[in-house]
Amino acid sequence: MIHSLFMINSAGDIFMEKHWKSVISRSVCDYFFEEQQKANSPEDVNPVISTPHHYLIHIYRENIYFVAVCTTEVPPLFVIEFLHRVVDTFTDYFGDGGETAIKDNYVIVYELLEEMLDNGFPLATESNILKELIKPPNILRTVVNTVTGSSNLADTLPTGQLSNVPWRRAGVKYTNNEAYFDVIEEIDAIIDKQGSTVFADIQGVIDCCVKLSGMPDLTLSFMNPRILDDVSFHPCVRFKRWESERVLSFVPPDGNFRLISYHVGSQNMVAIPVYVKPNISFREGGGRFDVTVGPKQTMGKLVESVVITCAMPKVVLNMNLTPTQGTYTFDPVAKVLTWDVGKINPQKLPNLRGNISLQSGSPPPESNPAISVQFKIQQMAVSGLKVNRLDMYGEKYKPFKGVKYLTKAGNFQVRT
Amino acid sequence: MSNGGGSYNAQNDSRAGSTGEPDMGTEPTGGFFSADYKKHDDLKQMLDSNKDNLKLEAMKRIVGMVAKGKDASDLFAAVVKNVVSKNIEVKKLVYVYLVRYAEEQQDLALLSIATFQRALKDPNQLIRASALRVLSSIRVPVIVPIMMLALKDSVVDMSPYVRKTAAHAIPKLYSLDPEQKDQLIQVIEKLLADKTTLVVGSAVMAFEELCPDRVDLIHKNYRKLCNLLVDVEEWGQVVIINMLTRYARTQFLDPNQQDVVADDDKNFYGDEDEKDSEEEEEDEEKEKTPPKKPYMMDPDHRLLLRNTKPLLQSRNAAVVMAVAQLYHHIAPKSEVGLVAKALVRLLRSHREIQHVVLSNVATLTTIRKGMFEPYLKSFFVRPSDPIHVRTLKLEILTNLATETSISTILREFQTYVTSSDKDFVAATIQAIGRCASSISEVTETCLNGLVGLLSNRNEYVVAESVVVIKKLLQMQPDSHSEIIQHMAKLADTITVPMARASILWMVGEYSDRVPKIAPDLLRKMAKNFINEEDIVKLQILNLAAKLCITNPKQTKLLCQYVLNLAKYDQNYDIRDRARFIRQLVSPAGEKGALGKHAKKIFLASKPAPVLDSSFKDRDQWQLGSLSHMINQRASGYSPLPDFPATAPDPTVRNVEVNPWQQVPMPWAEKTHKKKAGKPKKEAFYSDEEEESESESDSEESSSSSSESGSESESEDDSKSESGSDKEEKKSDEEAESSSSSSSESESSSESDSDSDSESEPDTKPQKKTPPPKSKSSAKPKKEAKQEVSLLDLEDIDMSSTSAPVPTPASALDVLSPSLASDLQGLSINDKKDTAISVTTPMFVSTTSHELLHRMTGEGLAANYRFTRGTCIYSTSMVPVELTFTNHTDSPVSNIRIGEKKLQAGMTLQEFPEIPTLPGGGSMSVSIGIDFKDTIQPANFQICTQDRKYNVSIKPPVGELLQAVTMSEADFTAQQSKLTGMNENSGKASIPSQHNNSKTITSRISELANVAPVFSSQDGLYRFAGKTVSGGTLLLVTVKVGEDNSASITVNCEKMAICSMLVKEVKQKLSQA
Repeated sequence: MIHSLFMINSAGDIFMEKHWKSVISRSVCDYFFEEQQKANSPEDVNPVISTPHHYLIHIYRENIYFVAVCTTEVPPLFVIEFLHRVVDTFTDYFGDGGETAIKDNYVIVYELLEEMLDNGFPLATESNILKELIKPPNILRTVVNTVTGSSNLADTLPTGQLSNVPWRRAGVKYTNNEAYFDVIEEIDAIIDKQGSTVFADIQGVIDCCVKLSGMPDLTLSFMNPRILDDVSFHPCVRFKRWESERVLSFVPPDGNFRLISYHVGSQNMVAIPVYVKPNISFREGGGRFDVTVGPKQTMGKLVESVVITCAMPKVVLNMNLTPTQGTYTFDPVAKVLTWDVGKINPQKLPNLRGNISLQSGSPPPESNPAISVQFKIQQMAVSGLKVNRLDMYGEKYKPFKGVKYLTKAGNFQVRT
Repeated sequence: MSNGGGSYNAQNDSRAGSTGEPDMGTEPTGGFFSADYKKHDDLKQMLDSNKDNLKLEAMKRIVGMVAKGKDASDLFAAVVKNVVSKNIEVKKLVYVYLVRYAEEQQDLALLSIATFQRALKDPNQLIRASALRVLSSIRVPVIVPIMMLALKDSVVDMSPYVRKTAAHAIPKLYSLDPEQKDQLIQVIEKLLADKTTLVVGSAVMAFEELCPDRVDLIHKNYRKLCNLLVDVEEWGQVVIINMLTRYARTQFLDPNQQDVVADDDKNFYGDEDEKDSEEEEEDEEKEKTPPKKPYMMDPDHRLLLRNTKPLLQSRNAAVVMAVAQLYHHIAPKSEVGLVAKALVRLLRSHREIQHVVLSNVATLTTIRKGMFEPYLKSFFVRPSDPIHVRTLKLEILTNLATETSISTILREFQTYVTSSDKDFVAATIQAIGRCASSISEVTETCLNGLVGLLSNRNEYVVAESVVVIKKLLQMQPDSHSEIIQHMAKLADTITVPMARASILWMVGEYSDRVPKIAPDLLRKMAKNFINEEDIVKLQILNLAAKLCITNPKQTKLLCQYVLNLAKYDQNYDIRDRARFIRQLVSPAGEKGALGKHAKKIFLASKPAPVLDSSFKDRDQWQLGSLSHMINQRASGYSPLPDFPATAPDPTVRNVEVNPWQQVPMPWAEKTHKKKAGKPKKEAFYSDEEEESESESDSEESSSSSSESGSESESEDDSKSESGSDKEEKKSDEEAESSSSSSSESESSSESDSDSDSESEPDTKPQKKTPPPKSKSSAKPKKEAKQEVSLLDLEDIDMSSTSAPVPTPASALDVLSPSLASDLQGLSINDKKDTAISVTTPMFVSTTSHELLHRMTGEGLAANYRFTRGTCIYSTSMVPVELTFTNHTDSPVSNIRIGEKKLQAGMTLQEFPEIPTLPGGGSMSVSIGIDFKDTIQPANFQICTQDRKYNVSIKPPVGELLQAVTMSEADFTAQQSKLTGMNENSGKASIPSQHNNSKTITSRISELANVAPVFSSQDGLYRFAGKTVSGGTLLLVTVKVGEDNSASITVNCEKMAICSMLVKEVKQKLSQA
C-alpha cells in the first residue's frame, strides 16, 4: 500500500525517508516540488499527485510535507488518514510533531514507523499499544538510559494487542482514580454584511482524560441525547447501545482520547453569541476601518478570549488604529490584522477604528476582506447538551468524575 | 589499553550523540559527507566492541544515516554480526538496517538467517512475529524456501499477532517469487478462515494483493467477515469493505434493476424497523418463493448492508468512505442517501481529507442530486479554504443547483465574485454560467448578472464573464443584440486574449443582429492585427470571412487586407487559415466549387456547447479509489464488475452451523428481543421454564442434582428446540436452515402448549411473573445475589420465591453495563427468570498442594486443597482446607495465621488458632479466601509459637468457580448475551482414546468447578459455573468435531478468567 515516506520541510529539504518495500529514489519527490512550485501557498498543493510510475499522496502538517509514495491502486483516504495518524502519534510522543521534534527523536520516529506499517500495511496504530512497544521519551528516562545504556523498547509483548480491548492495556493502576470529560462545542458560521446568518452549525466533541485503574466499564448518559444528529465514535464505544438507548457505553482507553464527535441537528437554531459590526471602506490611497464587537445570545455567560483577525487586501500598506480595549497588531508582510480583544464587557463595547493606508498608485480594492472571529465561553455548551451521569461498572473503587463545558468559535466568519 | 580506548570513544560519542544528533540534517551536507568516512571507522569499532551501549550508540547513528538517505552500506558486515545481540533495542535497529540493505548485500545477509530461524521458535510471540517480519522483508530470493516454511508454521501459530504478521508476509513472498502463488493461496485460504479480528483484516489484504479474483475462497467466510466487521481494526475494515463490494457485485443481483419493483420495495426495506422486514424476508424464504418473483434481496446482501452501516460512524475517514462507496455501488437507491450525512461530517476534518471527500461527493452529486441537497449549506465556500477545496465546493454547489435552491446558490456566488482570489472568481463565473445553462428559469437573471460583471474593474472578471456569456448566448441567441453590442464595445478596452477572441467570434456569428457595429469592429481589429495574440488573430480571420460573406459591400476590402496580413504571419496555423479562407471567400479566379458553399460552411448554425460537470465521467471509477481521484487508471486498479443477470447459487455461502458461533455481534441481541411477535412466545417459554425448574428443584432438594437433569429432560427437549429457534432468528444468516427449523419450532411450540394445560392462557404467565417490575433491570442479577447470600440454606429455588430480599447496594455496581443494557431492554413480556442454582461440585479433588515444605517449616509441613464446597465464612470466599503435619517429635504450638499481605480487595478468613500439634500428628483446618475472581496469589504468614513462615496460595482458575445447574435454553440464552469481548474460544485435539463423553466431562469437572448442562446435541458438551466472588456466570462449551478436534468456547464477563480457562481446558483435553 504505502511504499515509502518522505518528510520534507518548508525549505524543501527531504530530511527523513523510510521505505517499507524496496527503496524508491528520492528523486521521485521532484514531481512533488514541481507541483509545490505551482501552488500559491503550502496548503494549495493538491494532496494526490500522479506521476508516470508512482502516486504521491501527501499531507501538510506542522510545516512539514509528509509525502507517501504508492505504486498501485489504494484508497487515497486510507493513506491520508494513516499519515495523519502518524503525525498524531508523533505529537503524542514528543509533545509536538514538528521538524525539530522529529529530528531530535529520529530513532524513536524510525522505530515507530517500523512498527506502524508492515510491508506498507498498517500494523499497530493505537497509541496505547505503541507506547507499550516503544516507550515515549521523557527526561528521566533519557537520563537513565544514558547512564545505564538501557533501551527505550519494551521487551514484553503488549497485552493489548491480543486482548479484545485493543485500545486499553491491562494492569493500569492509579492512586487517584479520575475521569474528566470536556464537552467542547464549536460554532461554525458565516455571517453576512447585514449581520444575518448565512450558515451556522454546531460541531462538538467530548475529549476525555480517563485515569482509572483496572478495566472500568463506563456509561455516560445525556439529559438530551436527541439533539445529537450525527456522531462518530472512538472504537471503544458500543454502537448498538447508542442506537437503542442513546447512552455511551465503553471501556475507555487509558489517558487522553476523543470519545465522540458530534454534529447538532440543523433543525435547531444556533444561538450566535457575538456580533461584529464592521465598517470598512476604501478610497484612493487610504480607507477607514471601524469594527465593533458585542455580545448577542450568550445566556448570561461571559464571552472571553475574543480575537478578531482580518486578512487585508495586498494593497494595504499599513493601518493606524485605536482600540478601546485590548491590543492590535498588523503584520505588514502577511497583511493580517489581529485584534486581541479579551473579554467583552456588555456595558462598554470594544471598538477598533482608524485609518488604512494603501500603496500609492494602486487602485483601491473593490471588495472588503472577511473577518474571522475567535471566542470562548466557559461553562456552556451552546447546543444545550448536558451530561446526565457517569456510571462505572467492573471496578470497585469510587472514581472522581468531572465534566467541563466549553463553547468556542470554530470557523466563524463575518463577510463585510 | 583497548578498554581505555573504548571508553574514551564512548565518552566522545556520547557527547557527539547528545549534541550531534539533534542537528542531523541541519549540518551542511558537504561537511557531513567528508566527516562520514572517518566516522564509519568509529562506528565499526563501536559495533565490534562488547559493550551494549556503544553498539546502541553506533546503531542509532547508523539509523540516522539511513533515515537521512545517506549510504551506510559499507557497514553491512559490521552491523549484521550484531543480529545476535541480546539487547533488544540493538537488535531492533539492526533489523531496521538489515531490511534496508539486505537486498544489496545478499551473501552477507544470509549470515543472519540462522538467527531468525531460531527466533521463529522463541516462546515470546513478539520475537517470533518480528523475526518473521524481518525474514520476510529482506528480499533475498535465495531464502524463499526458508520463508515458505516459516510462513506455513506461522499461520498455525497460537498467537494471532504472529498469524497477522504471517498474513503480511504473504505479499512480500509473492513479490519475491511469483511462482509460489499456488502455495501462498492455500496459506491465504487458511488465514481467511481465522476467526480472530486481528487476523482477518490482514488476511483479506493478502487476498486482495494476490488473488482478488478467487471469490470462491470468500464464499465460506462471507458471513463471518460480515459479522466480525465491526470489531476488526480500522485499516482491516477498509480492505474488507472494498473486497466485499466487489464480491457483492459478482454474487448478488442489482437491487435497482427494476425500478418499479424497487419503488415497491422502498417501504419494505426502508422500514424503520428493519427487523420486521427481516422476518418478512424469512417468511418469504420459508414459503420458498421462487426467485421469479420481482426482486428479492439476498439475505446475505442485506447482511452486508446492515453490518456496514454502523461503520459510517467510524472516526476513521477511510472507513466512512469505504462504506459510502459500498452503499453507492451495491445498495438499493433508496438507502444510499444515508451516507450523505457521514460524508458531510468528514468535511470538518483535515484539509486533505476534505479534498478527497469533496471530489467523491462531486461525482456523487452528478448522479444522485437529491442526496446532498439538505446539506447544501455545508458546501458554502469559506475564505480560509485552500484553492482546490474551493473549486470542488463550487463544482458541488453547481451540481446541486435546482429551481428551488438556485436563488440561495446565486446569492452565495455573488459574494464569491467579490473575492480577491482571481482564479476563484473566474471559477465562480463559470459556475454561474453552468447554473444558467442548466436551469432555464434563471438564465435571464444570470445573464443580467454576468453583464453587470462586464463593468467590473477587474479585467479577469470581465474576460471570464465574456467567455461565459458567449457560451450562454450561443444557447439562445435570439433577442440579445444589446448584449452583443455592449460586448462589441468592450473589445476596445479588454486585453485578455481569450475574451477578445470570444467577442470577435460572437460578433461574427451574430453579425446580422449588429449590422452596423460588426464592420467597424473588423476595421479596428485589422488596424491592430499584427499586435494581437494568435488566438485573437484566428478569430479576426473568422470574423472577416463571415462578414465578407454576409456584407461583402462594406468589408470585402478589409477582408482582403486582413488575409494579406495573415499570409505573412509568423504562425503557420494562421497562414494556413488565411489561405483556406481566401480560397473560400474570394477565390482568385472564378468561384470554385467550394466558394458556392461558403455561406453554408461559415454560417451553419452551431450546436450550443453543453456545460457539463467535469466530474461526469468520473463515474466509471470505483468511488473512493485512487483512480477516481486522478481520473485515470491507476496501476493495479480493477474495475468493479457489473451485477450478474442471474444470481449465482446463494447456498455456497452456507456454513455448517454452530449455534453459538453464529450469534452475531455482541450488541445485536438486544434489538432482537424486541422482535414483534416474539414476546408471547417468550413469556410462554419462560413460564414453562419456571414450571420445570420448580419441578426439578423440588426433586433436587431430595435427590442429587445430577438427577434433576434427567428429570426435566422431556421439557428440556422442547426448550432446546425453542432455543435453537431463537438462535436462528438471531443469526439471520442461515436463510436455508431457518426455513425448515422455524416451521419446526412452530409445531413444537404448539405441541407444548397442548401438553401444558397450565400455560394455556397467554396472559397468565404475565400475572405469574413476580411483581417487582420496576426493578426489572436488575432483577436476574439480584437473584444471583440472593442465591449467594442464602446459599447456606441449600438450593432453595429462588425463582419461585417472590419474597423481596433486600439487595445489597453494590448489586448494581457489579452489574456489567452490557448485561445491564440487556436487562433494561427487556420488556416485561420477555423477562425471563433465569433459573440458575448452585449445585454440588461434580468432582472434588483429593490431591493437595504444598503450602509449606517440611524443610522450610522446620518440621512443620502444610498442604492445601480446594474443597469446592460452600465456604462457611462467606459466600464470596473460596474454601480451602489446610492440613498441618508435624514431622518432628516435639509438639508445635500456637499455629495460626499471621500477617496477611493480600491484594487490594481480597480477604482471608483465618482458622482458629491450633493450640498444639503433637509430634507426628496432623490436623486439618479450613480457611476461606475471597480472591475477587483473580488468580493473584494470597500471601500470608503461618506463625507458630516462635517462627513465622511466608506462604502463598495461588488458585487455579478453575477453583474460582462454583458449579451451577441450568437448563439448556437458559444456557444458550445466557451465552448469547456473553458474546464479543466476553467470549473466548480455542481449539484442541483430543486424543482419540479419550474422545468420549465420560472422559471429557470428568476432565473438565476436574479442571474447574463447573456442572454439566444437558445438551441435546451429540458431541456438544456444556458446563456452567459462576465465579465465587463476583457471582458472574461462566459458560463452557466444548464441541467435538469429526476428527477428534474440539472447539472450546468460554463465555464470561471476566475476560481474564475466560481466556485462562480456555487455555487450561485446551491443555487438559489434549492430554494423552
